Amino acid sequence: MNTCKFLSMLTIASILFFSCSDDDDAPSVINPEELITTMTITLTSGNNTIILKSFDEDGVDGPTAPVVTVSGNLAANTTYSGEIVLQDESVSPADIVNEEIEREADEHQFFFESSGDLNITTSYADTERDYNEGGSVTNPVGIKFELVTTDASTGTFTVTLRHKLKKPNDGTLSDAGGDTDIAQSFPITIE
Amino acid sequence: MKRFTLIIVFLLGVTFSSAQDCDKTLTGKVIDFHDGVPLKGAKITFNDQMIVTDTEGNYTITNLCAISYAFTVSHEDCNSQVVTINIEEVTSKNFYLEHHLNELEEVNVDGDKPNKTSSSQEETINKNVIEKYSSGSLGDALREITGVSSLNTGSTIVKPIIQGLNGSRVLIMNNGVRMQDMEWGDEHAPNVDINTAGNVTVVKGAGALRYGGDAIGGVIVMEPSKSPVKDTLIGKTVLTGASNGRGGAISSEIIRGYENGWFVKAQGTVKRFGDVEAPDYILSNTGVFEKGISASFGVNKFTYGWDVYYSFYNNEIGVLAASHIGNVDDLIESINSQEPAIIRDFTYDIENPRQEVTHHLGRLRYFKRFEKLGKWTTQYDFQRNERLEFDVRQSEELRKIPGIDLELTTHTITSDFKIDANSEYVLDFGVMLRYQENFADPATGVRRLIPDYDKYDAGVFLTGEYDLNDNMVIDAGIRYDFNQIDAQKFYQKTRWNERRYDVDFNDLIIEDFGTQWLTNPKLEYHNISATTGLNYSFKEVYNLRFNYALAQRAPNPSELFSDGLHHSAARVELGDLRADQETSHKISLSLQKSSDTWGWEIAPYVNIINDYILLEPTGIELSLRGAFPVWEYRQTNAQLLGLDAKVYVQWHNNWKTNHSFSIVKGKETENDIPLINMPAPNINNSITFQKKEWLGLSASLESQYHFRQNEFPSNIDVFSVRQGENVLLEINTPPPAYHLLNANIDVELPLWKQNSLKMGVTINNIINENYRNYLNRQRYFADDVGRNFLLRLIFNY
Repeated sequence: MNTCKFLSMLTIASILFFSCSDDDDAPSVINPEELITTMTITLTSGNNTIILKSFDEDGVDGPTAPVVTVSGNLAANTTYSGEIVLQDESVSPADIVNEEIEREADEHQFFFESSGDLNITTSYADTERDYNEGGSVTNPVGIKFELVTTDASTGTFTVTLRHKLKKPNDGTLSDAGGDTDIAQSFPITIE
Repeated sequence: MKRFTLIIVFLLGVTFSSAQDCDKTLTGKVIDFHDGVPLKGAKITFNDQMIVTDTEGNYTITNLCAISYAFTVSHEDCNSQVVTINIEEVTSKNFYLEHHLNELEEVNVDGDKPNKTSSSQEETINKNVIEKYSSGSLGDALREITGVSSLNTGSTIVKPIIQGLNGSRVLIMNNGVRMQDMEWGDEHAPNVDINTAGNVTVVKGAGALRYGGDAIGGVIVMEPSKSPVKDTLIGKTVLTGASNGRGGAISSEIIRGYENGWFVKAQGTVKRFGDVEAPDYILSNTGVFEKGISASFGVNKFTYGWDVYYSFYNNEIGVLAASHIGNVDDLIESINSQEPAIIRDFTYDIENPRQEVTHHLGRLRYFKRFEKLGKWTTQYDFQRNERLEFDVRQSEELRKIPGIDLELTTHTITSDFKIDANSEYVLDFGVMLRYQENFADPATGVRRLIPDYDKYDAGVFLTGEYDLNDNMVIDAGIRYDFNQIDAQKFYQKTRWNERRYDVDFNDLIIEDFGTQWLTNPKLEYHNISATTGLNYSFKEVYNLRFNYALAQRAPNPSELFSDGLHHSAARVELGDLRADQETSHKISLSLQKSSDTWGWEIAPYVNIINDYILLEPTGIELSLRGAFPVWEYRQTNAQLLGLDAKVYVQWHNNWKTNHSFSIVKGKETENDIPLINMPAPNINNSITFQKKEWLGLSASLESQYHFRQNEFPSNIDVFSVRQGENVLLEINTPPPAYHLLNANIDVELPLWKQNSLKMGVTINNIINENYRNYLNRQRYFADDVGRNFLLRLIFNY
């Protein structure tokens, strides 16, 4: 009596068991939403333009290291205006990541550091208000910045983008905290 | 038939008794077979005498003659048992009664502990320990067992480690069902509510073949408290409040039993904690919110029975805010700063990074007992495990979408026949069929860490136990398992080539997606496991166990397919399609003495594992986001050598001390490199004062000393983008030794009728020691938890 009941349950269970096994739908491909393949920094002083570029074809998941190029040397005692463009070139047409950063400018900030004896100083040339109406007029974002060189020297120039950080901060990474989206160094020569 | 034996023994007893000196004494305990709790008020009758056990289950029978007696042991709620004992040879004997008639198993009268295997090293924690950890996790409670430690992510994600091994090498049997809850991840804790268990047994090693052949580490068997076959309604509620985390747990269960064998059970638990605190700061975003319910009903007769069981478990776990890091520079900064980068005010809110796991488990079981043959049990179980991991992603919108979204569905049918009619041997033969499907939701917008796959498992086993004589039992078993995994996985073309899969596996490619290949790896494994051992009791108080176990474990999906950035760990994890199964040979020995006044156990083991799969940091990969540590799965031949030892001394009626020590040394056999994540040695000492007259007072003070792990693989050199040079990343360096003091007090207030109220206070880390544990994955970022006061109220009604 109960055996029958049980056996029928078992039969139903086994039907379930075996009917699930034919499920060969191919999974859909994922193009990572947060991928940034390319950072292009344009430094302009009058007619003189220097391009710093880093291209990482396969992002964080992939083994390939970013390819870093610097189009030329910086001139001594010069003021450059800088602008950063971030792109995801793994999709076509390329996705401009700047838009997302501008939309959430209050949660993002670029940081600029130089090491070695590189004689440069940087300052921010934008604020959150430039991208959003309600944004702060004092907190910088760093998509636009100013770079001033003094004497001839060589060293590395490092650009970091963080999100979910402390704002306002004292301009240092340790004070800002947050999560790193970009951390890239460029070899720079001032002549 | 038993009655007949009784009469014969009785008659023989009477016949020979006249010629003997009748000055012998028999002492011992009557113990609940299932959870090891001493039974007070149990009756032992023989001839026309009756002895009743005291509050601690002890009995003493004097003036016995040196002959065989037939003792009838009984207790309310239990089946009476008739045991014949030759008083000439035996002066002490523990009786184990089947307190719970659910399964109507034969009562174990061997004088040993209740066992899952006869010869493996085993230990059980009973319901008192489970109640003590009601607001904690399974992994926390199991650390009470010598040789069991845990791999933690903070204080809420606790993975049990048995004699140095964890993850897929440790099987968890929850109410007869093998948990399928993505146990492959270091930060994936077992998805079980400890309050569903009445007792938990740990089998150290692969000796318990009926549960699976791949338990290279061991098996954790959680069994529910069972319902008596009589008209009864019993319930229990456990309330716990904790100062650290400013939260608590409530767990209730109710059981309705009927004389005719029917029963209905229901149980539920809710736990809620806010941020826990280290001695010097708040560990921000470490709250948890856990919910569990389970219900079952069925019939248990002597000749047959069936039941239906369902449980639901959901846990939302905050992951320490400071542990979410961007790249290797952030990690270097964290390791150097000694203090978490994010310390916020206390809150109950759980933000990203966080995990949300849900586990459904359903089971149908039927058994039938055949006269003079044995018992046939068949079961179908269904499990669905859903895992969501939310990260601190780039934008507000993305933060609402989990970075990992996996759904693992498992169907299993098991059936076994146990031939136990003959008192000299037991044979158990069984089969298992399993189908499992993993689905990784593409809506995450993050490449899948674990791919979609279908997995088919089939197993057969035969185990046997043979009583050579009253004192010696030998056992043996063999099992074969077949595993097939059929995955559909995307590989980045650059990764595919970097792993050199283009040389070996190009035939797996089924479609080209520009920068990625879609591949269809179909992998098959044949696994053999076997065990043999003996259990020898001698001089009444000694017990020797020897066991050899061969076990093979097929690689899990994480070991095979991981590829890419694991966001919650900020590391690139790389599996290996070429991974082969692990083969373990484990020899374990245990010698124990247990008498009323003192006892000890010494249990050495050696576990030789060929093709041991380990995950370790090997270097870094550079990207636009900076450098990330790369953790690669690698196979090597390994050897684990260890020892678990413990001593107890009953100094006086009221004073008892317990001492335990465990050590395990793991290394690669070829080049003598220490294995990663091996537990450091530890010594536990505790002193307990018990006085039944004072409301059953039990007070104890415990000291835990954790040595520093001095054997660890070397650190790695990494390129720091910020420093512009290679630096040594101390990713493997263990933290210093530490010492913790804990105290515990329990009393029991009898209320009306059978109702009682137990009250307990526990203080953990009394001296508020600052410490970090080598086996806590958050040791780089913050200290472990500080002092914690817990108050417990347990109502039995």
